[in-house]
Amino acid sequence: MKRRDAVKRLLAGRKNLLVVAGLGSTAWDVTAAGDSPLTFPMWGAMGQAAMMGLGLALAQPKRRVLVITGDGEALMGMGALATIGVQQPQNLTVVVIDNERYGETGMQTTHTAHGVDLAAVARGCGIKQSKVVTTMVGVRALRAAIHAKKGPLFAQVKVVAEKLPLVLPPHDGVLLKERFRAALADVLPKKL
Amino acid sequence: MWPEGIHEELSAAGVRVVGYVPDAGHKRLIELCQADKKMRAVVLTTEEEGIGLAAGAWLGGQKSVLLMQSSGVGNVINVLGMVRECRFPLVTLVTMRGEQGEFNPWQVPMGQAVRPVLEAMGTVVQTPAGAEDIVPTVNAALRLAYNSYASVAVLIPQRVIGIKSFQDQSAR
Repeated sequence: MKRRDAVKRLLAGRKNLLVVAGLGSTAWDVTAAGDSPLTFPMWGAMGQAAMMGLGLALAQPKRRVLVITGDGEALMGMGALATIGVQQPQNLTVVVIDNERYGETGMQTTHTAHGVDLAAVARGCGIKQSKVVTTMVGVRALRAAIHAKKGPLFAQVKVVAEKLPLVLPPHDGVLLKERFRAALADVLPKKL
Repeated sequence: MWPEGIHEELSAAGVRVVGYVPDAGHKRLIELCQADKKMRAVVLTTEEEGIGLAAGAWLGGQKSVLLMQSSGVGNVINVLGMVRECRFPLVTLVTMRGEQGEFNPWQVPMGQAVRPVLEAMGTVVQTPAGAEDIVPTVNAALRLAYNSYASVAVLIPQRVIGIKSFQDQSAR
């Protein structure tokens, strides 16, 4: 499976889905699928994508929140899975696009290339609905679950390792933050 | 007492998310936040997670606070870069170790490095003069952070917390 096909399918018809993308390839993937003010692509803070998703999910319990991140990024913040497991946010899905490589630094193998099973880690952390997805049929089912199922959900989407053209989102942090908050403004409490 | 006073300030400011790594000095405040139905207390495996949590909550329109011990400051350095670059408001309440009367030598290096490390990463550091000054300092930190999109840390001095030995710590 190719990563950009999978991410594009996950984001198809996203409507009001709130998206956090982990730094590197997954930030380029979500941008290739179509930039949106309701996407927060990260350019740093490696390891924090899932926690950003948790904070957002707790603050916006009526909206669906999707974190799309890479295996290297998820490995750096593995404790977040335990923290999410304790909080059990019903509106949060964490998807790891797993190519078993550190894509930005020379395609070195990550721990998932050597038997570390992130879906099992998530399950062990109390995220009971956790699975490995290896086909586009599975991705379609995952997309439906993101919008409809009671979470938290975790999915490890296995993709081929490939070097792709960079599709870069805006990188000014204040811009990314403010456009996201502005897009949410209609549902924000008035007193902020 | 200051933990009750801090809780009142957090409540009055509309703080809804409380990320914490447990610390003896924050014990009472954590209990107050856990008991507060308007607050979501989120126990973290490492302080670094609290930065992502706070940033995500703010993206979603909610205020938060992060509670940690001084040793945890070392765990958040790189991700404070995101806070600075994005100008996320952040209030961190740090109970200090490794300063006045420390009994564990392993606490001293990080305790002594807290202020320069935070300042190097663009966080405003405020130290209350004494116990009676803690609550007003937290009040001011909340206003500075949320009115001016600043990262603000309040260092609660070890002499105020007053834990003097391992036995004293485990008895609390």
